[in-house]
Amino acid sequence: MESTEQPRSISGSMQSPRSPSLQPYLSVSVTDPVKLGNGVQAYISYRVITKTNLPEYQGPEKIVIRRYSDFVWLRDRLFEKYKGIFIPPLPEKSAVEKFRFSAEFIEMRRAALDIFVNRIALHPELQHSEDLRTFLQADEETMDRFRFQETGIFKKPADLMQMFRDVQSKVSDAVLGKEKPVEETTAAYEKLKHYIFELENHLAEAQKHAYRLVKRHRELGQSLLDFGKAVKLLGACEGEPTGKAFSDLGTKSELLSIKLQKEAQQVLMNFEEPLKDYVRYVQSIKATIAERGTAFKQHCELAETTKLKEINLDKLMLTRSDKVGEAEIEYREIKAESEEATRRFERIVTRMEEEIVRFQEQKTEEMGVAFHQFAKGQARLACSIADAWKSLLPKLEASSAV
Amino acid sequence: MMGSEDDQESKVKMETLFLREESNSNSNYRSAMSTLSDSRHPSIVVTPADSDPLFAPPSYYNESRSKPNGGNRDSSSYLEPPSYADVIFSPFDDNSEINGSDDGGSSLHSQSSDSLSRSPSSLTSDYIKITVSSPQKEQESTNSMIPGGTTYVTYQITTRTNLSEYGGGSEFSVRRRFRDVVTLADRLAESYRGFCIPPRPDKSVVESQVMQKQEFVEQRRVALEKYLRRLASHPVIRNSDELKVFLQAQGKLPLATSVDVASRMLDGAVKLPKQLFGEASSSVEVVQPARGGRDFLRLFKELRQSVSNDWGGPKPAVVEEDKEFLEKKEKMYDLEQQIINASQQAESLVKAQQDMGETMGELGLAFIKLTKFENEEAVFNSQRARANDMKNLATSAVKASRFYRELNSQTVKHLDTLHDYLGLMMAVQGAFADRSSALLTVQTLLSEISSLEGRAEKLEAASSKVFGGDKSRIKKIEELKETIKVTEDSKNVAIREYEQIKENNWCEVERLDRERRADFLNMMKGFVVSQVGYAEKIANVWTKVAEETSQYNRESS
Repeated sequence: MESTEQPRSISGSMQSPRSPSLQPYLSVSVTDPVKLGNGVQAYISYRVITKTNLPEYQGPEKIVIRRYSDFVWLRDRLFEKYKGIFIPPLPEKSAVEKFRFSAEFIEMRRAALDIFVNRIALHPELQHSEDLRTFLQADEETMDRFRFQETGIFKKPADLMQMFRDVQSKVSDAVLGKEKPVEETTAAYEKLKHYIFELENHLAEAQKHAYRLVKRHRELGQSLLDFGKAVKLLGACEGEPTGKAFSDLGTKSELLSIKLQKEAQQVLMNFEEPLKDYVRYVQSIKATIAERGTAFKQHCELAETTKLKEINLDKLMLTRSDKVGEAEIEYREIKAESEEATRRFERIVTRMEEEIVRFQEQKTEEMGVAFHQFAKGQARLACSIADAWKSLLPKLEASSAV
Repeated sequence: MMGSEDDQESKVKMETLFLREESNSNSNYRSAMSTLSDSRHPSIVVTPADSDPLFAPPSYYNESRSKPNGGNRDSSSYLEPPSYADVIFSPFDDNSEINGSDDGGSSLHSQSSDSLSRSPSSLTSDYIKITVSSPQKEQESTNSMIPGGTTYVTYQITTRTNLSEYGGGSEFSVRRRFRDVVTLADRLAESYRGFCIPPRPDKSVVESQVMQKQEFVEQRRVALEKYLRRLASHPVIRNSDELKVFLQAQGKLPLATSVDVASRMLDGAVKLPKQLFGEASSSVEVVQPARGGRDFLRLFKELRQSVSNDWGGPKPAVVEEDKEFLEKKEKMYDLEQQIINASQQAESLVKAQQDMGETMGELGLAFIKLTKFENEEAVFNSQRARANDMKNLATSAVKASRFYRELNSQTVKHLDTLHDYLGLMMAVQGAFADRSSALLTVQTLLSEISSLEGRAEKLEAASSKVFGGDKSRIKKIEELKETIKVTEDSKNVAIREYEQIKENNWCEVERLDRERRADFLNMMKGFVVSQVGYAEKIANVWTKVAEETSQYNRESS
């Protein structure tokens, strides 16, 4: 069931809830990851805090406990109900066992989940979703029940993958000129599909290198640490002033190693993760494109069927057959379905047009922030490296003068 | 220790060092600090022949005077690393004009900056520059009827020098093969016992089979050049007959290819280089180590002696009681271990820097592709804005990548000092070994004498029991006494040799310690200076991007 469009926009977590209380707001935060359960069944739970003045919500503040699969439920529900909208992506489900409970991974996932919910809360259509309200307010038992009900009905990742493949093959067929009858072929839409698919490749490559860069920071940090230690040992063998110089050099090297490890983490969180998120977003768009394809196909097929039924009905009417009544009912049903399918398809088209604009603007903003933070981090790192080494120079100079 | 003039020199040198961060001026330090003031080791000031400090471009001098310590970052950085145009990167660039400066690897400086490091007052200077080039295949000439003899490679060895021993200012070339180098190394090892002689390049039979011929020949050429330059930078060895002959004598190398100790030992008169004894004496007997030669009898005796020493036999008359020596030996060993370790970690550091630069570059390229893509496909202005942001990031990433790689080539150069010292530590070991073997010779001779004397005593005792004398025994006793006398002479020579070697050891180790201290300090300085310079450049690059994206600043501070 789809919710009706509501004209008022709700401000989210980004804006201060301290604005005049007449201004509707909905602000969510995902916090306090806690490991629960044992062994293989262990999982992380999060506190989801909702602050709002909306009447649909039970009170100004609500805190619930949610786990990753609850977020998945929400995403799947929204995907089903709001076709045409680019549903915000979730961080990946499975991670390498080793890192699943590492502090850094947990924090990154928490941050990603927080962004996920907030994007929904800020979206002009999605923010009115009933499922969102359920997610933010239902007690844990109810949530569990909902979650168990829905699995199996909605598409599993494997199915989604198949959809992507279908879409991709359709796109490539179109590119190759083997146009199948049941495909949208407007130039603008073709261009969009091509753009999205190419974009994913480019982004994936950038993200790959960003991840490697994080590793390089860690490796450089490690080698500086080892080098520092070795140099200190060497200094211990030498008399003055070389010994002291080596010792100072080694100490600085160890210090810089720490800075590099810190920066590695920053690059991971503030640069690589946004790039990954970008990739995920594009994948979500691909899923929407697949939905649009399906909707288009239905619309075409039903339109086709309706026409056939109409022709058949006319024929029957001419022959004054006693099947006319039946046929008329069938025809009206099919026609209603067809109109519904067409409406659904057209809504997807309209939504996507708006979504694309929003997506591009959002991404420019988010990438800009990521670039800015990355550049600042690198500049800070380089400056502190320069300062650290520089501080050695007077001592070295003094030593050489001896 | 240093006169005021030296202070002035080194002060200027230190200031200019910061300009010349890219070059290794360790030889400056060595020359400034090597007050090897005894007559054997003339103080050597090093300057390239063609650069006269008076003709140095004035700009450098002005810069050096105005550069404060710890300069601020907003103005041109504390130190100006060379621009791309100046730096021709090649890991084993042989542009070095400096005499035997290879303890720190090759230098990348341009001609003019060279002159800065020299004190303006040092207009008279000694130098020697050796280049190894143009490897050529040559045929081994055989008298056999079988066609196709073995081939070997010769290298052209060009020397430019103004040392008087080589006949004033001149340049000359010879062709030598690797075997000649081995000969040179062997002869030097004999003549300069107790000295820290730089180790020669390996014979590397395995490598020569495995590597591509060209690669191997090039590797060897580089190694030979490094080796010869090191020899030339050794204050004593550079004036040796052996080296002179090697560098100058045309045609076949006129050095003995094997050690015929037996013939030399007792009746031989080997002409020792004057430096060894500091006198102009011509023929002096010398006792060479038994191990090097074919004197199997002596070899056996010394082996017996060393075993006796090890198993706590009767205490030899002369014992290595020099605690200082033993301590020094152990210290040297520890030092060597740490240098090995540091050199390994230096290699990892270099690799990590290399990787960082590479990945940064790849990231930049990926974003350039993205920029291009977004621009081509742009439908919305937000896309164009994003493309622009990406371009800024990409450009800086590529620049930063280049800086990392340049920094790395500098780092390699500086930290190469560690690798070089591994070779020198081996030389120290050799010097210590010379001492031990000389001592062993002395001990052997002493015990020889004592056993001979024992036999003589016995014979005398036996012969005295015979009334009127025992003609055969008396003759034997006389022969023994003669042998004893000769052996005594040998012993005295051996002791003198041993003492000489001890002294050589001491001088060399002192010199090495001093040079090493200077070299390591230089290395650290060079390393640190280049790190600072490039870190500042990288910081600037990213600061620019941060400014260009300042509209996206969301920090609450």
